[in-house]
Amino acid sequence: MSKVEPSPQVAATAETPATTPADNTRRRFLTRSASVAGTLAAGGVAANAAAQEVPAWMKTPGAPMRAYGTPSKYEAPVQRPFASGYASVSPGTGSSRTPHQSLEGTITPNGLHFERHHNGVPDIDPAKHELLIHGMVNRPLVFNLATLSRYPMVSRVHFVECSGNSGANSGPKPVQGTAGTIHGLASVSEWTGVPLSLLLNEAGVAAGAQWILAEGADSAGMSRSVPLTKIMDDAMVALYQNGERVRPEQGYPMRLLLPGWEGNMNVKWLRRIKVTDGPTHTKDETSKYTDLQPDGKARQFTFELGVKSIITFPSFGHKLDRSGLYEISGIAWSGAGRIAKVEVSADGGASWREAPLQGPIFSKSFTRFRLPWEWNGTAATLQSRATDEKGNVQPTRNAFISQYTPGMNYHNHYIQTWRIASDGSISNVYA
Amino acid sequence: MFMHKKIAGGLLAAALVAACATPDHTAGVTPTRGPNLGATPSPAMLAAMDISIPPSGAGLPAGSGSVAQGQKVYDAKCQICHGPKGVGKPADPLVGGMGSLASGKPMRTVGSYWPYATTLFDYVRRAMPSNAPQSLSNEEAYAASAYVLFLNGIIREDQVMTAQTLPQVKMPNRDGFIDYSRK
Repeated sequence: MSKVEPSPQVAATAETPATTPADNTRRRFLTRSASVAGTLAAGGVAANAAAQEVPAWMKTPGAPMRAYGTPSKYEAPVQRPFASGYASVSPGTGSSRTPHQSLEGTITPNGLHFERHHNGVPDIDPAKHELLIHGMVNRPLVFNLATLSRYPMVSRVHFVECSGNSGANSGPKPVQGTAGTIHGLASVSEWTGVPLSLLLNEAGVAAGAQWILAEGADSAGMSRSVPLTKIMDDAMVALYQNGERVRPEQGYPMRLLLPGWEGNMNVKWLRRIKVTDGPTHTKDETSKYTDLQPDGKARQFTFELGVKSIITFPSFGHKLDRSGLYEISGIAWSGAGRIAKVEVSADGGASWREAPLQGPIFSKSFTRFRLPWEWNGTAATLQSRATDEKGNVQPTRNAFISQYTPGMNYHNHYIQTWRIASDGSISNVYA
Repeated sequence: MFMHKKIAGGLLAAALVAACATPDHTAGVTPTRGPNLGATPSPAMLAAMDISIPPSGAGLPAGSGSVAQGQKVYDAKCQICHGPKGVGKPADPLVGGMGSLASGKPMRTVGSYWPYATTLFDYVRRAMPSNAPQSLSNEEAYAASAYVLFLNGIIREDQVMTAQTLPQVKMPNRDGFIDYSRK
């Protein structure tokens, strides 16, 4: 088994740091666990000479405790690939991607949550950070981390997905990239924070208010307009991520969380909420993140992310080394609610088999599906197709792209296809 | 116990356990009352933080900027990323692409795509240049906006951008967007 390379650099464009031809030229054979790659033979013969001896780690006292843990050194290759578009001027503009092909379950480790920054990660002193709520309110209010930490909180398991996720598959030819390289701009955390409706009710929303503007304290001053109905429904000022304070790259000390809506709107480093009567039409909701149709008109404010799934094992970068029983494993999610069903095909969509879902099934979160698969050593074409509780069905690639101008790379949620060759190697194909 | 039934492609049915009729604990409850700890912001704080500019132009600052002034600002601070006269590289092109949106090879620039000129001022003032954001004066932000609009043929060389004139600029793609916020 060849070694996994850390942090493959991926090609970026200004907007959606696209994926990476790098994977084309560097065929790597990943397994789901780096340690497995390094230490285990794939064969069925278990015994070897070393097994007759007492292992070294049983013959000496182990390492002491640590104040903050990190993964095994043998897992070091499990990293986020990342790209920076303007390294000379703004090295923090770009994205890093969750390596789904190396992960299992549904919760993304905090250190592997995807990043998308528009001018880097600010170094915010929480003692000096404030959240202003103003505009069409009866009384403007200011909060800080100490006062917000006194509020009643909720914990919710939700995905955040960049609307540019999977944009690599919008190109004319399929990029040979891992599940993480292509689809890694989506991650799941348990987010804990204060319902934004509590704070707005305290400020008192004035008659005629319809929208808010959310603004970040980064050097891009990221700002997005959000309908007030969403804010009062399930928006949160998130203070914790998987139990610890939100990571700097996820918005420390506080971020807006809009479950199921495109990642860019989940404004990190949240510093201001202005209640307004209409959208502000910021740069990132006009010139970016709008979906251009073939007729030259663009869909604007396409907030809710579509129902989606990907097979994470087996996928590009893995190799099936022998025929036999495998377990297909993947993740499914929808911005509209819970996943209701995932079907898997091994023949490019000619026939489908429903895959059991791993519970609990959270709304607007990853749901893990798994299905046993007997690979007979011949070519196969793997796909997954998700349906959510609202009846939305993940579309085929052709059905999706026909709605838009060629190469439109936002909000892509169509079916991903992995081709298994008879030698067990795996490629990304269009079908 | 695990009975695998084969279908085309070798996919197997997993052994399914009948789901229990348990109540849904995944939604949780949302609290409705807080401790009312919000403080009152000072007028100075409100003025300093409220930098967003909607299409109406509400909140635009005093000051003005000409195309000629804007060219100086652009050449000194913007060109390194956006190229001479806004042609782009490494950052987005700011100029060109008029009429390209329905061509199958769309080029989305300030001129061909952006629906409001207020967005240009808002973004330049808050985020540009990206190696020194919020370093431009209001005059420089008006001037840089004027120059980019001029390069796109949207305003004349003798026009000056102010809180009054900027919101009145009619962008070519003003009606190019379909509002999906209620769909």
